[in-house]
Amino acid sequence: MMGAAILTNLPALLVVVPLLLAPFSAVLPIAGLAWVLALVGTGISFLAALMLQSVTENGVRISYHLGNWEPPWGIEFVVDSASSLTLVVMSALGFLATLAARRLVAIEIADKDSGKFYAAWLLVVGGLFGLVMTADAFNLFVFLEISALASVILIGTGAGTDRRALVAGYHYLVIGAVGATFYVIGVGFVYAITGTLNMGDMASRLPDAAGGAALYVGFGFMVAGMLVKAAIFPVHIWLPAAYGYAPSAVSTLLAAIATKAALYVLARIFFTIFGGTPDIVDIALSNIIVPLAVGGIFVGTIMAIYEADIKKMFAHSSVAQIGYIALGLALATPAGISAGFIHIGNHALIKGGIFMAIGGFVAALGARASLETITGIGRRMPITATAFLICGLSLAGLPLTAGFISKLYLVRAILETDSYAILALVLISSALSVVYLWKVMEVMWMQPAPARSPKLIENPAIYLPLWMVALGNIWFGIDASWIVGAARLAATALLGGGA
Amino acid sequence: MMSIHTAMLVGLLAPLVVAILTPFLAVRHVWRDAAGPIGGVITFIAAVHVALAVLDGETPRLFVAQIAEGLALEFAVTPLGAIFGLVASGLWILAALYSVGYMRGNHEKHQTRFAAFYAVAVHAAMAVAWSGNLLVLFVFYEILTFSTYPLVTHKESALARNAGRLYMSILVGTSVVLLLPAVVWVWLSTGTLDFRPGGYLAGQIDPAMAPILLALFAFGVGKAALMPIHRWLPAAMVAPTPVSALLHAVAVVKAGVFTILTVVVYVFGIDFLSETGAADWLVWLSAFTILASSMVAITKDDIKARLAYSTISQLSYIVLGAAIASSIAVQGATLHIVMHAAGKITLFFCAGAIYVQAHLTKISELDGQGREMPWVFAAFFIGALSIIGIPPLGGSWSKFMLMVGAVDSGYLVILGVLGLSSLLNIYYLLEPVSRGFFRPKVKTVEVTSHPLVVIPPVLTAILSLLLFFYVDFFADLAKLMVIS
Repeated sequence: MMGAAILTNLPALLVVVPLLLAPFSAVLPIAGLAWVLALVGTGISFLAALMLQSVTENGVRISYHLGNWEPPWGIEFVVDSASSLTLVVMSALGFLATLAARRLVAIEIADKDSGKFYAAWLLVVGGLFGLVMTADAFNLFVFLEISALASVILIGTGAGTDRRALVAGYHYLVIGAVGATFYVIGVGFVYAITGTLNMGDMASRLPDAAGGAALYVGFGFMVAGMLVKAAIFPVHIWLPAAYGYAPSAVSTLLAAIATKAALYVLARIFFTIFGGTPDIVDIALSNIIVPLAVGGIFVGTIMAIYEADIKKMFAHSSVAQIGYIALGLALATPAGISAGFIHIGNHALIKGGIFMAIGGFVAALGARASLETITGIGRRMPITATAFLICGLSLAGLPLTAGFISKLYLVRAILETDSYAILALVLISSALSVVYLWKVMEVMWMQPAPARSPKLIENPAIYLPLWMVALGNIWFGIDASWIVGAARLAATALLGGGA
Repeated sequence: MMSIHTAMLVGLLAPLVVAILTPFLAVRHVWRDAAGPIGGVITFIAAVHVALAVLDGETPRLFVAQIAEGLALEFAVTPLGAIFGLVASGLWILAALYSVGYMRGNHEKHQTRFAAFYAVAVHAAMAVAWSGNLLVLFVFYEILTFSTYPLVTHKESALARNAGRLYMSILVGTSVVLLLPAVVWVWLSTGTLDFRPGGYLAGQIDPAMAPILLALFAFGVGKAALMPIHRWLPAAMVAPTPVSALLHAVAVVKAGVFTILTVVVYVFGIDFLSETGAADWLVWLSAFTILASSMVAITKDDIKARLAYSTISQLSYIVLGAAIASSIAVQGATLHIVMHAAGKITLFFCAGAIYVQAHLTKISELDGQGREMPWVFAAFFIGALSIIGIPPLGGSWSKFMLMVGAVDSGYLVILGVLGLSSLLNIYYLLEPVSRGFFRPKVKTVEVTSHPLVVIPPVLTAILSLLLFFYVDFFADLAKLMVIS
């Protein structure tokens, strides 16, 4: 009985467990306990996501009515193969980031604030899961705000070690609020046309509704708002500072999962809500999103080349990688969307590992990681640095790493659409990304540590999550069948199911 | 009897096992130092086994994992791979013995680390040789680069580190930026990366694009040291001589030309290349490299630097054979992998032996030293003659076939290039020998005797001689490459 009740309520559990644990964590006086709570919350979410994924593997689409209220009055959660893949990726990395957080947080955050820190942490995670599952356009806005405000708090906690975190958090707050407002304005227009907030109902009514200009305005605002959240060029400007100055644990969490949810929502707007009006979607994708994605790939890569601060360098690199994902999705072909989803998973693995390792460096150095301070760190912290190297090779897209699979499928998808100019640009940018990776690896491995530098002590507490992620990069580079299969199903679910 | 499957596993894993055991065996230096030669013998036996099966017309395979459609982690031994595997493992036995003598005689530090990475490099070379497709080849090509970096920078001096940086930036840079896209290009246009007799690009890619794809391969494979991406090889000479001998005269550089030959024979197909003339430009570029690096070699007084430029020149013989893309030229190029390996490793062994025993590194200092170290100078003489291509030494076969190949395909100018190059070889490779035997001594040095650095070059010199008379085994394997 109990088991069945849990199974049928899985989608709700995924959101409710982290959100409910958050207030408990906030009042806990002991940092260790608050962390355990966060670990339990993200762990349960991960298990729930895995179960959901196994159910939706056969093309099953779960519709869950919160509080048993039928849509359109009640709020509906939808889990299909697209959202379940996103959830598995996010919850897995969320769990691993939590596992790594303990020691990193203990160094950067005061003990008395840890309870509140993990409360915000749980809110971010729960909010992002809600964002992915909800089928109610307005409820999506609520989850957007929950996760965004909690993220601002998390970023701001970096102020303990670097005051610039406050400005970064403030920027994110303001820019993020603009994005969320744009989104909700868009929802208002679409609501005016269709009279519903349920995405499925919107999708079925939009083709016949005489929306006219209002339809375009609504679509434009919704998309523009989510572009900000997903950090698509040129509205990515909040991201480098936010990831760069946040505490290391927060950078890991946000880089691995935060923008992934927004990218997924973008895909839902394009292919689910407006799936019935392909003309405006096609125009937007090929004339706006594709150029922006390519622009982001270049801007992110070039900024990373000129950046000396390691965390910010890889934050810029995230802008470029988000560009690859957006490019795949914007191709709007089954192969392109699959490539996008493959990279959602692989990029989470890559960046999760990279930021965890940087966290390890920062903790040992007691200073920001820059090209100068990490000189010779390969010999001084070999275990952490080797994991970093593996994730870096994966980012460069070397064979036998997950990153190679991403590039391969993206390139193939581009080739299928005969867009040779885009293909050339992607290949050039990919070659450019080797430049900044080379710079980092050269400094880390091929230069001697500065004379009289103190001995660095590795941080064994992050070994387990860090190496799980690093080996994950190799595992999914050798056997890509799971992610490729799941991504293909996700593409089918997004393109096939208009509702 | 070993099954062919076991033989492949042993050949691939024995060097790796040696590498893993080395740190543990280091408690007794004798144990650690015995591991290399013993591993070499085991690997070589496996390689012979595999080569015999290939000679019988089999293609030994070892499947590891399926990555995605058309992409497998798989080993499969082509005749060319069988030859390269034999060369790498066979010479490892002697090089491992030699390293012990060299490292001990020279009182080098970090001998355990050195021995371990040395074995990893051999493992990577074996895996390159037996790789079943371009993807596997690429992966182990990279591992070979990474594993040799600690060997190049072994001395940990500023000079060594700068050399290491140049080494890595050229080899990793070219492979990631040019070679990897070339591999992906092949996969996208054909759906496979396997090696097939006769190649499979004909009809799959636009003949007008073939020269560009070939250029991505030729310049992406930095290890082939085609000009202008040859700078890493002289830089790598900062490494201890056993590294220069086995890796930068045999395993690493031969992995480079092996890759180019493999791509030409088993991916492009020589018929496709010769019909479209897609490799024409490569004929001239490799001819240029042959002459230009010989010219540079003449100006070098440092023995190892001269040998390095000689290697660049000789590697381009192999690239030239691949670029001419006729049956006889490709066979000549393949044989040159074997012949040059035996000859050049002899020369490097000698250079190291002279350094360990007399601490001489310059050719101008060798005057009259021949009588002090007769065996070493005699071995150098034989090795040099083989590289020049004078019968009855192995090198004469491969040069002869390359010349025939050039004439057959109408490249008469190339015949002149090869002739001129041989003359230059005579000058700059025999100079150290003639100085050693015929000039009066200019410098009196104390020569300490270290038999472990003298016996290996004498053996490889004898090998060069034997290869002239027993060339059939390799020639038969090479013939299998071009008969589909």
